Amino acid sequence: MFAYLVRRLAYAVPILLGVNLLTFALFFVVNTPDDMARMQLGVKRVTAEAIAKWKAERGYDKPLFFNGAADGTAKLTDTIFYAKSARMFVGDFGAAEDGRDIAREIATRIGPSTALAVPTFIVGLLVTVSAALLLAFVRGTRLDFWGVVACVAAMSVSGLFYIIFGQWLFSKALRLVPISGYADGLSAFKFLVLPVAIGVVAGLGSSIRWYRTLFIEEIGKDYVRTARAKGLGEGTVLFRHVLKNAMIPILTGVVVVIPQLFLGSLLMESFFGIPGLGSYTIDAINAQDFSVVRAMVFIGSVLYIAGLILTDLSYTLVDPRVRFD
Amino acid sequence: MSLFRFPCRASRPRLPGMLLAALLLSLAACDGEWNNPYPADQSGRNILYTAFTDRPKHLDPVQSYTEDEITFTAQIYEPPLQYHYLKRPYALIPATVEAVPEPRYLDAAGRPLAADAPAEQVAQSVYELRLKPGIRFQPHPAFAVDAAGNPRYDRLDRAALAGINGIADFAHTGTRELTADDYIYEIKRLAHPHLHSPIFGMMSELIVGLKDLGARLQEDAKALPPGGWLDLDRYDLPGAEKVDAHTWRIHIKGKYPQFAYWLAMPFFAPVPREVDRFYSQPGMAEKNLILDWWPVGTGPFMLSENDPNRRMVLSRNPNFRGETYPCEGEAGDRQAGLLADCGKVLPLIDQAVFTREKESIPYWNKFLQGYYDASGIASDNFDQAVRLGGSGEATLTDEMRAQGIRLLAGVRASTFYMGFNLRDPVVGGLTDAGRKLRQAVSIAIDQEEFISIFLNGRGVPAMGPLPPGIFGYEDGKAGINPRVYDWVADPAKPEGGEARRKSVTEAKRLLAEAGWPNGRNAKTGEPLVLNLDTTSGGMGDKARLDWLTRQFAKIDVQLVIRSTDFNRFQDKVLRGAVQMYFLGWNADYPDPENFFFLLHGKEAKAVSQGENASNYINPEFDRLFERMKNMENTPERLAIIRRMLAILQDDAPWVFSFYPKSYTLSHAWLSNRKPMEVGNNALKYQRIDPVLRERRRAEWNRPVLWPLLVGILLVAALVVPALRQARRRAP
Repeated sequence: MFAYLVRRLAYAVPILLGVNLLTFALFFVVNTPDDMARMQLGVKRVTAEAIAKWKAERGYDKPLFFNGAADGTAKLTDTIFYAKSARMFVGDFGAAEDGRDIAREIATRIGPSTALAVPTFIVGLLVTVSAALLLAFVRGTRLDFWGVVACVAAMSVSGLFYIIFGQWLFSKALRLVPISGYADGLSAFKFLVLPVAIGVVAGLGSSIRWYRTLFIEEIGKDYVRTARAKGLGEGTVLFRHVLKNAMIPILTGVVVVIPQLFLGSLLMESFFGIPGLGSYTIDAINAQDFSVVRAMVFIGSVLYIAGLILTDLSYTLVDPRVRFD
Repeated sequence: MSLFRFPCRASRPRLPGMLLAALLLSLAACDGEWNNPYPADQSGRNILYTAFTDRPKHLDPVQSYTEDEITFTAQIYEPPLQYHYLKRPYALIPATVEAVPEPRYLDAAGRPLAADAPAEQVAQSVYELRLKPGIRFQPHPAFAVDAAGNPRYDRLDRAALAGINGIADFAHTGTRELTADDYIYEIKRLAHPHLHSPIFGMMSELIVGLKDLGARLQEDAKALPPGGWLDLDRYDLPGAEKVDAHTWRIHIKGKYPQFAYWLAMPFFAPVPREVDRFYSQPGMAEKNLILDWWPVGTGPFMLSENDPNRRMVLSRNPNFRGETYPCEGEAGDRQAGLLADCGKVLPLIDQAVFTREKESIPYWNKFLQGYYDASGIASDNFDQAVRLGGSGEATLTDEMRAQGIRLLAGVRASTFYMGFNLRDPVVGGLTDAGRKLRQAVSIAIDQEEFISIFLNGRGVPAMGPLPPGIFGYEDGKAGINPRVYDWVADPAKPEGGEARRKSVTEAKRLLAEAGWPNGRNAKTGEPLVLNLDTTSGGMGDKARLDWLTRQFAKIDVQLVIRSTDFNRFQDKVLRGAVQMYFLGWNADYPDPENFFFLLHGKEAKAVSQGENASNYINPEFDRLFERMKNMENTPERLAIIRRMLAILQDDAPWVFSFYPKSYTLSHAWLSNRKPMEVGNNALKYQRIDPVLRERRRAEWNRPVLWPLLVGILLVAALVVPALRQARRRAP
């Protein structure tokens, strides 16, 4: 297991380098340092000297990848790519183009994002698995039929509709919760109830259908028939046997997203005024803030790799046959 | 055993019922507004609630320039001058100084000149400003001193900053009197190489010695360690001369009467040296403890909470100088109740809470619920809020009136236009053919229709570059663009008639005279294809662009929309590689010079990277501009402006599109609101009636519970059969 982990972590280094290189190349295909300077300095009364000064101060006046005018290793290190990438590997994200500290910004925003995403994820998972098990349990009945119809209908509706309808119904018409906003600590509860509920409901349709299919496939297997033949109750069969054996595909889809919950949700945070990380990357792309874009892509990659490793590890917990030796 | 036969089976029917009863009881026990987004302890307090959409990028006065930023900085910093809140046309009045300065003019030998000396004789203008005594800065740790009078926080390091995350975490604060040095220090900061002031380029050509200071600072900054501090007091700036502790002079090159307007902008607000020093200490920037994040000023408010992703709070500055509400305004202000607070000490509110709302739907609904005191009107909500009369006048809908909401409308000091690139071989040039082609396009694009369809009537068709409220703008017959409109007399109209757009036939005639009969080249027969470069092109823009294409088709011209991203657009405009483009301009100050300079030859973008994106160079216009810009608002100046407008209307470098109207809604409990298109420091005049607000909020936001009960019953109606089904199936 340890050797496996070390190997996976070692693989992560070239992956991160590659992602970083790709991000850099894509960003500078679309934007030039001059564009970035103009975006930061504004469009009114900006002079060519001001743009040149801005670039020089931030090191954007250097070559992108290779500095032919430099000597020795400086040919590679005295470049924008090296200057903007190397320190990230030691966890130093530096400052955004507007001068604000990126690590501090992330630290400030990660709390609200997590406060929204984690309950949505946990409650959503519990509700979908339970509902899918129920539908699998009553498979072939009218309840199952209408349940599947409801799922198809629910998954056909845009996520935006759930948000707008939910805000209209619960905040405007019934006046039960604030329509948007956020507060720290326990006061956050009244602001999070609605977005969490909408987040759960919006994801129900597709998830229930997917899990129901997995469960029904498992229910048809021999071990289930054996379990029933032993006289086990249907609940025990479903929760102790079917659920456990359907865990591999469930974990594949679920565990990998856990680390990324910290990155927040763009739409939900935007509509509910939750000051999370959801819009940080998009705002940075719009503002042509390369420092933030590369930092967020890097963090996203690290979390994705962590999610994949966690997924692999979780397989060993639910399936004794899986070994990493 | 089946899950659904679990031991709780006997109590199952009772548990949900008990939970439901407990829930309903607890709901019934609660009173007040459940959807109130604010803490209960703010109830009834003298706080103004409003929202912002885009986070401010800069709060340092040397950098902040956009509306998002000045919304905050204008309440915190005090430049020497300000605009009168109520008088129109806009008038400069003293803010921190005793009087609006009258410039003294000097010739090349330094000898005084008469006030009406011609611009070409004036080598230097000197503005002397004298501070009102006793003005003090807001409480701030940079001013904190110990018992011996030494600064408490001028030798901090990273260890000392442990546990400090915001300005409020410093145990001690202090204040001191505002001096001339603070203003001089800020003028020097314009040249600071790390601050990138957007007006440095312009001001370095104007303020004596500023360019040289910029070069020296640039050189010395290279020797600084990362995060090192440049003490600007060590540098001399001849253009900012200290006379005594409360008096300073600004020397500018030549004659530039508009400089007084710049003295009303945050760029010229005071920044104390000790504040600059305080924020430059090691470890401060990593915690966002920078002037760009925590401004320090003498204004009516200070920033007490800064989380631009969520909320920004301005609180009353306890050291504010005791300014009072104005006692005079323009006609109608007294009847509108705008003079009711005459003589009261400002600010009239204790706090202003700005909440970030990225989406218009929650913003609008919270306004209707009474949780925001004022709101703009998004296009989606326009019909719900405003009804347009036959002659275009806007009135509130019954729904809004029933809530006591008031509408405030005004034409903004902005202009929008579609520009032609005068360097282009087809649409450019000052030849007769080029002029007529541009005039034909100007007639063909029906701005009235555009305003009606796409702006909900929120605009005034433009006759030239000058919007209403700017000296030189004229209403009625005198103000029309005779190349595009005819004046049709109508005694029933208040102005004795109305401007009517010339016919498409007239546009076609002009096009034919330009060498393009029926939209085809008179010699080759090739169709006329024009290209419009735009950053638009998304789904939402399609309707506008389709409409525009049809406008060109009216005169048989094919329009090609070249959608591009912002960067490429900027680059193409800079290189003069566009044929036509859309742009707009918001006034920096209420003077015609601030609009006409957009068409001044010296500003041609492709030549000198200025603001003249059309690369329009007309020697006569330029000569008149040079004369006009140095004049007071006299009849002679008006005559020159009329001539300049006539030249522009004839040359048609722009299709003058519209002047946008701003519509603002406010609740009955918010008073003293008047549109202020320049200045932006209006917050201190606003008044709130918190008692009325509490009452209205309570009336409008009573929770409706019965649908909740119905919902629970519905869920139960779905779940119970499912459980029964499950029980039947269980072995």
